[in-house]
Amino acid sequence: MTTASTPADVARAEQARATDGASRTGSSLGYLRHAAGKLGGALVSLLAVLVTSFFLFRIIPGDPVKAMTHGVPTTAEQLATLRRQFGLDLPLWQQFTDYCAKALSGDLGTSFQFRAPVGELIAEKLPATLLLTGVAVVIYSALGLWLGTRSAWRHGGLGDKLNTGIALTLWSVPSFWLGLLLIIVFSVGMGPIPGLFPTGGMESGTGETGFAYVLDVAHHLVLPVVTLVAVGYAQTLLVMRSSLLDEMGGDYLTTARAKGLRDDVVRRRHAVPNALLPTVTMIFINLGHVAAGSILVETVFSWPGLGGLFYQALSVPDLPLVQGLFVVFAGAMILMNLIADLLYPLLDPRVGR
Amino acid sequence: MVMVTKVPSRPAAPRRLLRLLLATGVAATALSAVPQAAQASPAAPAAPVAQATADAKSGGATLTVAVSQSIDSLSPFLAQKLTSTSIHRLAYEYLTNYDAKDARTIPGLATAWSPSADKLTWTYTIREDSKWSDGKPATAEDAAWTFNKMMTDPNAATANGSFTANFKKVTATDPRTLVIELKKPQATMTALDVPIVPKHVWEKVGDFSKFNNDQQFPIVGNGPFVITDFKVDQYIKLKPNKTFWRGAPQFDELVFKYYKDGDAAVAALQKGEVSFVPNLTPAQAAALKSQKNIKVNDAPGRRFFAIATNPGARSQDGKTFGNGHKALLDPAVRKALFLAVDRTTIVDKVFQGHAVEGEGYIPPRFGSYFWKPENAQKRAYDPAGAEKVLDAAGYRKNGEGKRVGKDGKALDFRILCHATDPNDKAIGKYLQEWWGKLGIGLKVECLDSVSDPWVKGDYDLAFDGWSVNPDPDYVLSIHTCGTLPATPKDSGATDNFICDKEFDTLYAQQAVEYDAAKRADLVKRMQSRLYDTGYMNIMAYPNALEAYRTDQIKSITTMPEAAGNLWGQDGYWSWWSAVPTASAASSGDSDDSSPTGLILGVGAAAIILVGVGVWAARRRRTSADDRE
Repeated sequence: MTTASTPADVARAEQARATDGASRTGSSLGYLRHAAGKLGGALVSLLAVLVTSFFLFRIIPGDPVKAMTHGVPTTAEQLATLRRQFGLDLPLWQQFTDYCAKALSGDLGTSFQFRAPVGELIAEKLPATLLLTGVAVVIYSALGLWLGTRSAWRHGGLGDKLNTGIALTLWSVPSFWLGLLLIIVFSVGMGPIPGLFPTGGMESGTGETGFAYVLDVAHHLVLPVVTLVAVGYAQTLLVMRSSLLDEMGGDYLTTARAKGLRDDVVRRRHAVPNALLPTVTMIFINLGHVAAGSILVETVFSWPGLGGLFYQALSVPDLPLVQGLFVVFAGAMILMNLIADLLYPLLDPRVGR
Repeated sequence: MVMVTKVPSRPAAPRRLLRLLLATGVAATALSAVPQAAQASPAAPAAPVAQATADAKSGGATLTVAVSQSIDSLSPFLAQKLTSTSIHRLAYEYLTNYDAKDARTIPGLATAWSPSADKLTWTYTIREDSKWSDGKPATAEDAAWTFNKMMTDPNAATANGSFTANFKKVTATDPRTLVIELKKPQATMTALDVPIVPKHVWEKVGDFSKFNNDQQFPIVGNGPFVITDFKVDQYIKLKPNKTFWRGAPQFDELVFKYYKDGDAAVAALQKGEVSFVPNLTPAQAAALKSQKNIKVNDAPGRRFFAIATNPGARSQDGKTFGNGHKALLDPAVRKALFLAVDRTTIVDKVFQGHAVEGEGYIPPRFGSYFWKPENAQKRAYDPAGAEKVLDAAGYRKNGEGKRVGKDGKALDFRILCHATDPNDKAIGKYLQEWWGKLGIGLKVECLDSVSDPWVKGDYDLAFDGWSVNPDPDYVLSIHTCGTLPATPKDSGATDNFICDKEFDTLYAQQAVEYDAAKRADLVKRMQSRLYDTGYMNIMAYPNALEAYRTDQIKSITTMPEAAGNLWGQDGYWSWWSAVPTASAASSGDSDDSSPTGLILGVGAAAIILVGVGVWAARRRRTSADDRE
């Protein structure tokens, strides 16, 4: 730069600043437009989900009333009463309009088999599922990101091979099998290993309160989370690894190194942020799955979550309950996708222009 | 222009501070956790810990039962699932009960009962020594109110409405006398499996279709146990009813704990976290048999396992529907099929010995109704005989060795199988082999839900099975013409569309026969008829496979007493009679009290160690990177 600034220079600088400002306003307007578009899309998807869920589960074979009364002495009057209570005696279009009217006012109906509002049943079990799957997703995303980065940075090395090998092996292990193994080894105890953890459930139910209760739940949480993490982290690891490998040929890294930056800094400040986008997408997809829980792991560890509830609802089929769960699962997915969409422009300014 | 701008190194101080804080925290937690673990080491036997849990549980012995089926409702007016109804058996008295020895009717809330001469009025004497757990006496008024509620409010008839369908009027003439007037005679009046509820509590309930009885604990009842706590899919807790007229149970607490996976429940039994596990697989039973302190109970069950054939689905309005194979309407074909079935192989190979060969409709445990065919009547395993029967009936083998009917159609059948039941699939394979030798083809169609083709009559054969009650009325009724669907569009209570005049006549007779011996004789004749028609073929009576810890349960009553099951009895005998071992009674039970202390400390320490390890590794790595 020259030391003396001419008026022309100043004017140019002013102009530059002005353009810069305009483009900044433009970009925030662009962001708003991007956000509004995504928000609208999400709302449309949610409406579509509401409608689909009604028809989707009507094609499950089986008569709910018949399934619920199977093996129990039941008179024709009792069956008729149940049909009337469930609204199954009405024509389909009327059931549909009733459902829509209720759903739009936030009422998901009453479960056939549990005789309780679907919203209440879901709210009762959602925290357990969010706790289990949420903790697991956070841990395995972090673990996957970290190990994936290391692996890619030193790709081809022994560490990378070992890392990817172990992750892939665990990825191909069925979660219920791994869960059972963990129970047998770490709950019941085997050889010198004492039975460290409970065999199932979310709490001991011996009346703990306050901090003791938190510790008790944490204690019950260990094995199911370990199972989910072990089976799940490979996904994040591999995506992170491959997208970082794609970036590693980039000229800007050579430039950064040429500037004399430490390898660590090149990785952390230059390569990783650029490689993060696909991984972030996947993490949000996984977060979307959090609500749906994991039926197999919840079953093996008798975790009182939504996965088990969904299975029970399907086996009847308990129509209001499956519909409600479907809406919640799909809604969580839509919400997480929306958040991811809103985050992209902040992570990578090229998105949303 | 200088292009290189030095990237300022991260402000180190805050980060290091964070790490330091973290490390301090970790260290503090680890320290606080370790002494706890040390305290509980063998040198100083977990005294403080055990005391704490004993206090929390108010001392005494806990009987923990592993269950998997969710509670549908704790309201006796709604509950239909086995777990719920089993728990209601413990919490409420019924008018009558069934003897643990032989399932004979014995007094419950009623001490005596008698029908009028015209068979239309039954008078029950209600016992004086039964009290609700809130101290009020249980009277005939409570029973009358319970039945009247079910008769007048359809929402209260959901679970047990079938019992009151034939009731005309129910009154309590005085606190000790209950009078039930019937529309027509009914032989099942000593088998009214209806929980009687306290009027003073339940008359405040508004909508019975939405009241689940799970908000206020303890739940007022008069059974051997009182329900004290419930957390959906986690546990149901009961305490003994100290004033129970038959005597209070001996365990201080009964907990039904949820294990959604059978293998996990077995692991919990091995560890001692549960005292009892029902519904074992043969493999689990074999593995548990050799274990210390565990007793496997392999007892005759209350189910039968059968192969039903489609007799041509039809409805009460006379219309036929479905696509059942016409050849199965020929008695000779049905006879030949089941002459070629080797029940011994099914019991030995599929049930791995944990079943009894089946013949009559009602399992042997219900001794007074049990029937089996005489030798002349019996269709014993006889493949050569099966060939002869088919030859004689005109089903010749064609060039490919396949049997064809007179209409030239090959005998190719389908069997409906439950995809969730491995036994169905295994037996299907055997049937394919046995019937294949006869020249009959079989397609095993396994579905998650068999009810759709079943209700539509779209099947030839099907794997079938029912759990039988001490009173056989219901399982017999599902083979009468009256239970066929009204029209092909409806679904009736019928099992597999059997409609046989002779069977129906006998059914009608037994339904009004108050003489126990005469009724039993009629029921046996019905089974004989059912056997001869060959539409229901009983293959086996599967055993109940269950296990319990002998270091927690000293003794427990099975039903039948000689060799019977513990889970799903027709009474409260098992849990009411269970006696804790001395060690279980003195200190709570050692195994399920452990989590809070030792295990928690060690677990926390392990997690922290891993955390510290990861942190340290990361730090070393970072500094290594820095050095490069």
